[in-house]
Amino acid sequence: MADQPKPEGKAPTAPTAPAAPKAPPQAPSTPWESELTRMLQERFGEQISEFTTQLGQQFLVAKPEAAIPILEYLKLEASFDYLVDVTAVDYPKRTERFDLVYVVYSFARNQRIRVKIRFPEGYRPATATGVHLTADWLEREVFDMFGIEFAGHPNMRRILMPEGWQGYPLRKDYSIIQQDEAWVRENLGIESAQ
Amino acid sequence: MADSTFLDSTELVLNMGPQHPSTHGVLRVILKLDGERVRGTECVIGYLHRGLEKIGENRTYAMYVPYVDRADYVAAVSNGLGYCLAVEKLLSVEAPPRAQAVRVILTELTRISSHLLWLGTHCLDIGATTPLFYTFREREFIMNILEKYCGARLTTHAFRIGGLQYETYEGFEDECRKFCDWLPPKLAEYDLLLAGNRILVARMREVGVLNEDDCKAYGVTGPMLRASGVKWDLRKAQPYSGYEQYDFEIPTGELGDTYDRYRVRMEEMHQSARIIRQAVDRLPEGPIMAKVPKVIKPPVGEAYVSVEAPKGELGYYVVSDGSTQPYRVRIRPPSFVNLQALDRMARGALIADLVAIIGTIDIVLGEVDR
Repeated sequence: MADQPKPEGKAPTAPTAPAAPKAPPQAPSTPWESELTRMLQERFGEQISEFTTQLGQQFLVAKPEAAIPILEYLKLEASFDYLVDVTAVDYPKRTERFDLVYVVYSFARNQRIRVKIRFPEGYRPATATGVHLTADWLEREVFDMFGIEFAGHPNMRRILMPEGWQGYPLRKDYSIIQQDEAWVRENLGIESAQ
Repeated sequence: MADSTFLDSTELVLNMGPQHPSTHGVLRVILKLDGERVRGTECVIGYLHRGLEKIGENRTYAMYVPYVDRADYVAAVSNGLGYCLAVEKLLSVEAPPRAQAVRVILTELTRISSHLLWLGTHCLDIGATTPLFYTFREREFIMNILEKYCGARLTTHAFRIGGLQYETYEGFEDECRKFCDWLPPKLAEYDLLLAGNRILVARMREVGVLNEDDCKAYGVTGPMLRASGVKWDLRKAQPYSGYEQYDFEIPTGELGDTYDRYRVRMEEMHQSARIIRQAVDRLPEGPIMAKVPKVIKPPVGEAYVSVEAPKGELGYYVVSDGSTQPYRVRIRPPSFVNLQALDRMARGALIADLVAIIGTIDIVLGEVDR
């Protein structure tokens, strides 16, 4: 990167005692308060544990069983009528291993928020297909990549990976060169796809 | 449309693709047919799955930029823009004005090139062979500009996190202006030939109707949403990269059929040319790279940033754990989500119209499968 400016100045001289490993800096975040959060607080109370604004974007963290009622409430009462995305993040070291993230947008408010739930492995979150039809494929992809099964989904099958594939590629314990060797041998007739 | 046929036959299941010229790549559709009527469809996708999101977790932030170009490879510049904006959001930096303006010019050029490719192949699908050769001639102009700018034509890697790597070449502005003067009369000519052709219009009118409510329920965005009458474009709704400075219209349709989508995309090309002309005329001087550390280590946090790609809302959800590699990169692809509405549009249609319906969604399988 030829045009990139040089970092400013030299680092200050090393401190006398060896510093403990520094925790990485956090993106600035503040509590999120608005008319909408008050409405949600009133309706869901303890079920929503956190309202946060981070980097100018808003999200809330809720109990897993509250996700669908919240999405429904947002759609019907606050005009968040467009489910943009459903995705997951895997934190294998946490007891509540998965973050499931719903991104919703309101055309009327021109606002985008995220609804997050956290749950351990084996938990089956309820499907959002009853609220937003578009959740169908998005949840299938989450199942395909993370092995999170959605209760009540009309067609809980793999979508991008082949149907007989073993393993869930976007889990953190699935290495980037890992593959389902038996599947590859049987279906592609080669020893390895790597 | 009768519910029973005179033959007491069961429905016929027919497989279309993945090697079918009108599925625009490796899309396989399993059709349930009653005579020539489509009773149901099921898409089988994933043939082009390369694990782009997994790769993202195993590359540094800067190394991942060329990979995202491989999602929607006919509009690679839009992909790069979305990802760079997401990482810039995490880093809380903004590209300098000149970089933003050049980004707008290149992205709008790619939007035109993507729509031109769509126009050519869509017309080819419904029986008009000639337009493809003409639209590729115009597209070549754009490819040449991109090639001169960054050396690549398709998967360009045009942007960097924080701005641009390359200054524009000499004559860049003139070539863009020349293109903007050249394109509108050509588009008018095509429109005369295509929309003035009764057969072609009959193949498009009231085919694959998707109304406003259906669009929202299925999360359909981009020209398909606008064709159903929703005046919504992310460039206007939540402007990024300085789009608020430019004067342009959002074309909309009424019925949400294939013909309306044709109208919307044709008009969008005119509007893109308008944006390019304005951006070139006001191209500011100055640096093209913001202050970004050599090693990109965003603070712990997450951001969802989306841009109006030629196909719809293209979003990047990037989670950082404070290391040099993204903890998670999620690509929210417009093609994947829009394709889901195929079944809704195709039910009850004639099998010959299915080809028009697939074409009108304007999918790129690289983005559907990632």
